[in-house]
Amino acid sequence: MRGSGRRGAAKWLSVYAVTYMVFLYAPVILLPLFAFNDATVVAFPLSHFTTKWFVVLWQTEALHGAVRNSLMVALSTAVFSTVLGASAARAAARYRFPGKAPVMGFIMLPLVLPEIIVAVALLVPIMQMGLSLSLWTVIAGHVLICTPFSIAILSSAFQGFDTSLEEASLDLGETRLGTFRRVILPLVMPGIVSSLLICFTISLDEFIIAFFLTGTDVTLPVYIWSQLRFPTKLPSIMALGTILLALSVVLLVLAEWFRRRAARRQGIEASVTGGLV
Amino acid sequence: MRMRLGLDREARRGLLLLSPTAGYALLMLAAPLVMVVTFSFWTQDYLDIDTTLTLNNYREAWSEPIYRVLMFRSLRISLIVTLATVLLAFPVAYFLSFHVTQRKALWLFLITVPFWTSYLIRVFLWKVILGFNGVLNTALLEVGFIEKPLTFILYNANAVVLTLAHAWAPFAILPIFVALEKIDRSLLEAAEDLGDGPLRRFVRVTLPLAMPGVIAATLIVLIPTVGDFITPRLVGGTEGLMIANMIQVQFGKANNAPLGAALAVSSMVIVAAVSLVIYLAGKKLGGKVE
Repeated sequence: MRGSGRRGAAKWLSVYAVTYMVFLYAPVILLPLFAFNDATVVAFPLSHFTTKWFVVLWQTEALHGAVRNSLMVALSTAVFSTVLGASAARAAARYRFPGKAPVMGFIMLPLVLPEIIVAVALLVPIMQMGLSLSLWTVIAGHVLICTPFSIAILSSAFQGFDTSLEEASLDLGETRLGTFRRVILPLVMPGIVSSLLICFTISLDEFIIAFFLTGTDVTLPVYIWSQLRFPTKLPSIMALGTILLALSVVLLVLAEWFRRRAARRQGIEASVTGGLV
Repeated sequence: MRMRLGLDREARRGLLLLSPTAGYALLMLAAPLVMVVTFSFWTQDYLDIDTTLTLNNYREAWSEPIYRVLMFRSLRISLIVTLATVLLAFPVAYFLSFHVTQRKALWLFLITVPFWTSYLIRVFLWKVILGFNGVLNTALLEVGFIEKPLTFILYNANAVVLTLAHAWAPFAILPIFVALEKIDRSLLEAAEDLGDGPLRRFVRVTLPLAMPGVIAATLIVLIPTVGDFITPRLVGGTEGLMIANMIQVQFGKANNAPLGAALAVSSMVIVAAVSLVIYLAGKKLGGKVE
């Protein structure tokens, strides 16, 4: 009796979970529908299939500039954050020193800080010092919010690291740098690639900080924001969103694949949550 | 002696390795935050900044009705969003932890995918769904559930709550899932052997043990939502505007950055206080079972 009741509960739970997934995917699924829809209004019923909105994107010069800016910002952010994240993750995993917990806590703070606070905090000194806003100010802000993600991804890679490998290399006469290059780096490389991909994806999509800190060169999300006001631009924005969605999914699948490979190399089980929590 | 020296060297290495990242955080976050606080005590004098220390910005931020309204509304909306997000997410996390045996990682991956699509476009798509001629209204009219398009679903606080609950879903599911995964399953069996039914077992064993995850989820969702200004702007209408919109206006059009800074600092203090209360309350609830 109790068993059948429990099976009933399990059934309701799975129905709920599936409904929840529909809720999660509802807006995402609309994206390609409207991107390929031959109508100037973004509404149902759908019209014919078309790829003209993608052609419009191809012909929009301002968009290309924004894409170039965003790629530059996202690439720089990914590299800087991963370098900073890797050294912090390694320091935290390998060494014991005073003040580790509070310092690490402070470095991870942007993870829970509202983005508008990070944006305002960077804007005030820039204004005070009379510096001009540019893509570099955006990068500075993005590195701040991406480094904690990088640390979260890489700390599991460094924590699972077997220090006897490192000792063996040193005993066999390798220098510290050589050990790092030839022993440590290859083992954590997949984690590094995963961190690069995640930071790239976060930076590419980040809006609030970019909105506050861009000068005349806008990034892609800031460009999208400026276009959302014009109803006629919406179908092409849907097409752009579809491309971004496809790109993010590819990057994420790659990042996940590298993260698992990193874990496998060290003979540990990859945590299912991606090390983010 | 040698051991102490060894430890010192280790500490030095660790600190050296951490110093670039710590230095960056210090220079780009700590110093700027201190500057924002200082700034909030200054005054905007047309194009110049008057650096005489004054509490005027705070007096204005705390007494002007408009700022008070926005502040309380932000807090209220964020709390409702957080409650809705966590309540909706808990069963999913529970399902994943206790009922999914194969392909857990795939489920988690599928949960995070929508979160990685452009935030702006996602919020905008809710506008498309909830609008007067939107997807939802069209569908409901078609089926015959309603005769006139629903208007209470867009451009108000409800739309903000729904959109944010959607946007922050994975952040609520993951911490709760992790907490549930950590629960020693033999404790549940023990509760059952001692005569607890499924409901009692859930309330007395599972829920208290999942509390750290629930609290983490609550804080992870609550803190950033107070500072969101995209969702209120796109789907909130005038009734759904929040404090971050006002901060943005002060730094932009209104050209009163010191007041903006005071509003930012005030909202951070309020959010921090609320978070602390939630954290302590959660600790007390979770501590009971230990």
